[in-house]
Amino acid sequence: MFSLESGSGFWNPVLWVLVVFVLFLLFYGIRGFGRSTYKKGTEQTKVFLSGNKETSAEEMHVKASNLYWGFTTSMKSLYSVLRKMHTGNTSDYILWFVLVLAVLFLIMGVM
Amino acid sequence: MIEYIPFIAVVAMIIIGLYTVVFRRNLIKIVIGISIIESGVNLFLIILGYRDGGVAPIFTSLPPGTSFPEGMVLPVPQALTLTSIVIGVAVLALMLSLVMHIYRKYGTLDVQKIRRLKE
Amino acid sequence: MTFLETLLQQSPVLIIATPLLSAFLMPLVSRIHAKVRDVFALVVLGVTSCFVGLLASDVLSHGPRIYIFGAQNLSFPLVRILFEVDSMGVFMAIITVMLASIAVVYSWSFLHQQDGLDKYYTLLLLVVTSALGMELTGDIFNFFVFLEISCIASCALIAFWVDEGEALEAAFKYIVVSSIGALFVLFAIGIFYAQYNALNIATLAHLLQFTFLDKIVLAILLVSLGMKAGLAPMHMWMPDSYGRAPPSIILIIMSATLASVYGILRVMFTLYGNVLTTSLRFSLPAHVIIGWILIALAIVSILIGVIMALVQTDLLRLIGYAGVAEIGYMFLAIGTSIVALGTSYATVALHGGLFHILNDALDIGLLFLVAGAIYYVTKKRSLDDISGLARSMKFTTVFFIIGALAVAGMPPLNGFTSKFLIYESVYQVNPILSIIALLGSILLLAIFIKVLYAAFLGPELPELKDVKEAPRSMLLAMGFLAVFAVVIGLFPNLVLDTLVKPAATALLDHAQYISMVVGGL
Repeated sequence: MFSLESGSGFWNPVLWVLVVFVLFLLFYGIRGFGRSTYKKGTEQTKVFLSGNKETSAEEMHVKASNLYWGFTTSMKSLYSVLRKMHTGNTSDYILWFVLVLAVLFLIMGVM
Repeated sequence: MIEYIPFIAVVAMIIIGLYTVVFRRNLIKIVIGISIIESGVNLFLIILGYRDGGVAPIFTSLPPGTSFPEGMVLPVPQALTLTSIVIGVAVLALMLSLVMHIYRKYGTLDVQKIRRLKE
Repeated sequence: MTFLETLLQQSPVLIIATPLLSAFLMPLVSRIHAKVRDVFALVVLGVTSCFVGLLASDVLSHGPRIYIFGAQNLSFPLVRILFEVDSMGVFMAIITVMLASIAVVYSWSFLHQQDGLDKYYTLLLLVVTSALGMELTGDIFNFFVFLEISCIASCALIAFWVDEGEALEAAFKYIVVSSIGALFVLFAIGIFYAQYNALNIATLAHLLQFTFLDKIVLAILLVSLGMKAGLAPMHMWMPDSYGRAPPSIILIIMSATLASVYGILRVMFTLYGNVLTTSLRFSLPAHVIIGWILIALAIVSILIGVIMALVQTDLLRLIGYAGVAEIGYMFLAIGTSIVALGTSYATVALHGGLFHILNDALDIGLLFLVAGAIYYVTKKRSLDDISGLARSMKFTTVFFIIGALAVAGMPPLNGFTSKFLIYESVYQVNPILSIIALLGSILLLAIFIKVLYAAFLGPELPELKDVKEAPRSMLLAMGFLAVFAVVIGLFPNLVLDTLVKPAATALLDHAQYISMVVGGL
């Protein structure tokens, strides 16, 4: 009743939740073995930024447009094509419609 | 050959309309282009109902001597066309009022300059 | 005949008539009091939902139902408009009324200081009418009329914030795109009429010969309805209008968009159902070619949707692109089920695709409502200008996390259940498609983690110190969608067995749909 059959596999969310819960308990138990004897208020509890000074949270916050800088920079060629495609010009929207229609006419005509 | 001319006109009107929408830069001309496409489609519907020498499909006022129903033009395409014309007027009015407001905000009717929303 | 039976018999027309007539009553009602108007809109949708529920319970247990306008029985020649309601139409109608009711509850707080709300509710009910009409009608010209009503009313709603130039621009783009699409649909209907002298979907499906003109019509219907549904590369109006319309009405426009998806399903499975297996040149069956066209468009939609969403900074636009990707998933499943027509995994794919229509409505809808709540409290659109909202908007943050994980297809939420069916069935056609679908899901997760980090986490900005949690009715609307998302995720069979599987059966069994009308003559 709870299980979803796909023909080649199955998916049971209730079972999944149970497994995740058991795993959580397991990891929580393992965490209990850790050492709790660190000294508060010393270097041990401070953030380590490769030796750089920690600045205030407002200055450290990365803005949304810079978040995936690495990804967008490495995919620059793809993004320049896609940005050129999204001109925002109403006529181009219709041009895409006509182009797709023409391609489909071609396929329908050949077949 | 002559009976194909209306269909050629329909295709020509649709292509002219699409050309206007794609290659003209003035918003009013784009609206005109859509209007031309619409007229083309309406013309197409009208042609479908046409019968050579047919009379208007009003049952109570048939001219004497007409054969029923072969002598009448088809009423369904005319009903479709009327509906389509009414809808077309609504769309046209809405588009023109939008163009008017856009001109107030952007100060231009050039479609290439009205693209603050892009990418 | 009991009262209930009469009501049931008339319910297809009442579903259309109730919101349509109330829409024009709305300006009068709103003269009494603003509160009365708000409640009236919800009551109208509640009554409509009751009719939909009544019709659904009957259709699901007793098979399709016909309503003939202006006559008791079918008679030849069939020039009457008729509604033909099967499980698929009922499934879509349920989604439409659910989305509309939630949108109305959300609008109560979201727009309470604005004027022109009588017109707003009028247009809202008109869009609901048009979406319901497209889903219940059995007449292809009637379908076009409702399509045009949805164009006009949605366009006016997109331009609701008329003092912003961008809203007008988005509305103009929407009306140009959708009216040209609708005109081409009318052209296609004209070609059908010229060939078969019929406008009824079932009759047309019965008569269809798959001539050259029929192929042309198929291409026109596919492309123009696909443009209305937001398939790439004709999707560009979608982020524009979703990004600038008031978020409360995006749910309504989404239901009209999903009605176009329904239109494509109806065209593919019912109208061309008889001829899909015809062999064409190179001894390729037609359904393989058409299915691969749909799959190609779907893959492009998924990739363009996620890649463009990744670089957006405007939150509403970002979700709009994510919506394009979700539409891609639906069409991936639909295309797969058409390519593999007749096999067992084609049915699984169709289940996944139809289930994804519901899940997309819930998840993307929830995200739009969250984005609207952020806009409501901060009045800012860009993600760069907001930060640390989780401190003051705890409920909204929870709803956002649920919505984001559901859209990205994370178990155990509802997005995963349908995507699971899609991955598993698409894999059987080609493993690469499955990989692309998974990649899209991973990128969707990355996109929404970016939003979570930028908007909700991070330091509190000084200008956002005094933001408060969103008002109660907005939280209620978001809460409904979130609860649905979690419940459907945990107990997928509840919905899958009662609604989705009958809908898929109704689509695949086109002979029954056709014989309901043709056999009755």
